[in-house]
Amino acid sequence: MTDLLSKYDRYAAEHRALLDAGLLDPFGVVMDEILSPTRAVIGGRETILAGTYNYMGMTFEPEVIAAAGRAIERFGAGSTGSRVLNGTFAAHVAVEQALREFYARKHAIVFSTGYQANLGLVSTLAGRGDVVVLDADCHASIWDGCRLGQAEVVRFRHNDAADLDRRLGRLPREAGKLVVLEGVYSMLGDVAPLSDLVAVAKAHDAMVLVDEAHAMGFFGPNGRGVYEAQGLEDEVDVVVGTFSKSVGTVGGFAVSNHPKFEILRLVCNPYRFTASLPPPVVAAAEASIRLLMRAEDKRARLWAATRALHAGLKEAGFRLATETAESAIIAVLMPDQETTAAMWDALLRTGVYCNMSRPPATPAGVFLLRLSLSSEHSLADAAEIVRRFVAARDSLGDRLAA
Amino acid sequence: MTDRAQTLSRLFELIGPYNRKGIALTEATRFAEDLELDSLTVMDLVANIEDEWDINLPLNLLPDLETIGEVAEAVIRLRDTA
Repeated sequence: MTDLLSKYDRYAAEHRALLDAGLLDPFGVVMDEILSPTRAVIGGRETILAGTYNYMGMTFEPEVIAAAGRAIERFGAGSTGSRVLNGTFAAHVAVEQALREFYARKHAIVFSTGYQANLGLVSTLAGRGDVVVLDADCHASIWDGCRLGQAEVVRFRHNDAADLDRRLGRLPREAGKLVVLEGVYSMLGDVAPLSDLVAVAKAHDAMVLVDEAHAMGFFGPNGRGVYEAQGLEDEVDVVVGTFSKSVGTVGGFAVSNHPKFEILRLVCNPYRFTASLPPPVVAAAEASIRLLMRAEDKRARLWAATRALHAGLKEAGFRLATETAESAIIAVLMPDQETTAAMWDALLRTGVYCNMSRPPATPAGVFLLRLSLSSEHSLADAAEIVRRFVAARDSLGDRLAA
Repeated sequence: MTDRAQTLSRLFELIGPYNRKGIALTEATRFAEDLELDSLTVMDLVANIEDEWDINLPLNLLPDLETIGEVAEAVIRLRDTA
């Protein structure tokens, strides 16, 4: 008899080897206490959080917590239902109104996670006979949306407008086309040349969806994302985002000016066949989004701390995936799995939490230690993280010589 | 050389750089089992094949393309309908 779980033995063995080498589990971290957007207690040690995507530090913002508290008292702990049945409360309508105002778009649909927003949008916008053309480095939620849908799927080389043009040019003129892009790619932290890519997509009459999960709040005059920073307000048809990064809670959404957009609520399975977000979550999200409309100070602090950390690590001789701090994600290039795991372990033991990433999540087979700061990290925090990176490297001997 | 033989011969050349184990390539060579290509490598190879024949090879087709011979047939079919 075939054991259905045997197909994962290779991954299990790889994971076991890591633990047998005496290293902490990079995929099994437990945060015993969260002290602030910048500090947690992990394994009894106060740790600097430098890999949480909590860009605008909203998780402990007093107005956000107060809004969640009021909502749980008023509406209860959960909705126990789908948005299209009993799961739409005044709080859900209010957060969608806040999104319409933040993005200055006519329609906003909130999903229960960012993953589900991409899953739902990609699978529903492009159907049988249509074509999804997506960037090679798109997030797993977008790839899974392609698999859930019935459309043909064509991939173009990462951030390569000429390659996108060639692939779109090979499609029948009359075919429905959805081009899927991201503003910031989360593995290497590189920013997309959206103005070039969107111009190509529009020349081929494609609809354009941009995922701005890693840019909300601190790109563009109103913090709408990279597309706003590059002046593409009128060209991008759908913007997808998340509440689990800059907004500081959980949830996903899509905004659009398309006149037929609202019908998606009735045809999109990842929207209608799941429970809606709990009232305190949507109320927290609404409060946070309204704060993001006037968060210039947070935005300035996030960029200052991020640029200081990028410059500090570069100065200390680490190889970084981007020449400058293009986004709020800093990716340190590592040579191989063993060194990456050992370095990650050494960092956590000295009180720095960052993310370890490896193929196939990473592009081009690279191993990474990825850092992201929040608006609440100080320049002193950034300097301290650099010091601990240097100390961790020293503890590895010549495995990672500068 | 027939069209099919030419397509195969060019496919062997494109696959060459990914044939790390140096096995003899035939029509029956399987990408996953014989060449042990991981998903990222397959994506690179697909992009190269697409550019070689100026076609789009939709990713939905990949589960049905296990061998080099099956890819050759798909290439010929897609190129003729382009």
